[in-house]
Amino acid sequence: MWTYNKVLEYPVKIKCPNAKLAKFIISQYGGPDGELAASLRYLSQRFGMPDQVSKAILNDIGTEELAHLEMVGSIVHQLTDGLSAEEMKAAGLGAYYTDHGVGVYPQAAAGWPFSASVLAVKGDPIADLQEDLAAEQKARATYEKLIDLCADDPDVVDPLRFLREREVVHFQRFGEALRGVQDKLAEKRFFMNDNHCMNNNMMQNNMSNNDCGCGK
Amino acid sequence: MLLENRNCGCMQNNQPNCECMGNNLENCNCDYTPQGINAAFGYNTANMMQDDGCSCQMTPEQCCDERNRIREEMIGQIKCLNFAVIELGLYLDTHHDDQKAICLHREYTKQLKELKDQYQRVYGPLSIYYPCKKWRWLEGPWPWEGGNK
Repeated sequence: MWTYNKVLEYPVKIKCPNAKLAKFIISQYGGPDGELAASLRYLSQRFGMPDQVSKAILNDIGTEELAHLEMVGSIVHQLTDGLSAEEMKAAGLGAYYTDHGVGVYPQAAAGWPFSASVLAVKGDPIADLQEDLAAEQKARATYEKLIDLCADDPDVVDPLRFLREREVVHFQRFGEALRGVQDKLAEKRFFMNDNHCMNNNMMQNNMSNNDCGCGK
Repeated sequence: MLLENRNCGCMQNNQPNCECMGNNLENCNCDYTPQGINAAFGYNTANMMQDDGCSCQMTPEQCCDERNRIREEMIGQIKCLNFAVIELGLYLDTHHDDQKAICLHREYTKQLKELKDQYQRVYGPLSIYYPCKKWRWLEGPWPWEGGNK
């Protein structure tokens, strides 16, 4: 289960509201490569993982993504807090204002509401971990675009840089987990018949020559 | 308190911080199975937990049964206290000046902290914020596999 800590993972202190930047950054809240999608992706995929390392890494990164969701929500909130309808409209957020005011709604930059269709749970550890690696790179790329778009406000760039760095670390950890899973799947394995079934099958032999069925 | 002075599975050692519940695991069909990275590195946490200092007189089977019983009792109590804190938290959000609720909250959070410390010292971490000398976070089973039930 989860518990809440009343502290952001990394501080968000934006002095000047700027709805134009909020319009872009909200994509990392509810967009295709956003933190909500990342968290749900990892926390759902962890059930299907074959080893302890990949279960743990999906569990723990999925948890950290929830902290990032809160950070991105805080950025959007601080960029729009107290803005008027006119200011929202001037920033191209008139339609957003109609439906959500200055609340924080999970949607992509282009206005699409959050959809689980942006994530996948294949039930195949290799496919799922490869998707996670790609997701981290897409999120890293999105943060770099956002840092370019927000270059004029260092208060916004600072937490975005932190979030970008975390994507790189997550990519590294997922890569290590994937290698572990690949090694495990590539191991040589041997299989033994269930004793009970074997005894049934070998009963005729056992009765004739005391063969225990183990092949020795 | 349910488990006061009963940290030890062997019932014979009343040292408050006794961690001998891991004793006598050998030849004992406990629910613990070393997995993943532990097995890969060739060591077995169950064996490592053994401590020759225990004066336990029970058979391995009795010791194991007792250990499992205490573990289930402890985790059950942790869940009860945890839920009580959640429920009181919600109630206090809308009744923040209710002194009786505050008093209960103080009592339950205190008990919960103590019990979780006790549990984690023996059975491994319940969160990544529990300090350790050895990384036992990877030990299964996970909650969705029946762990800490």
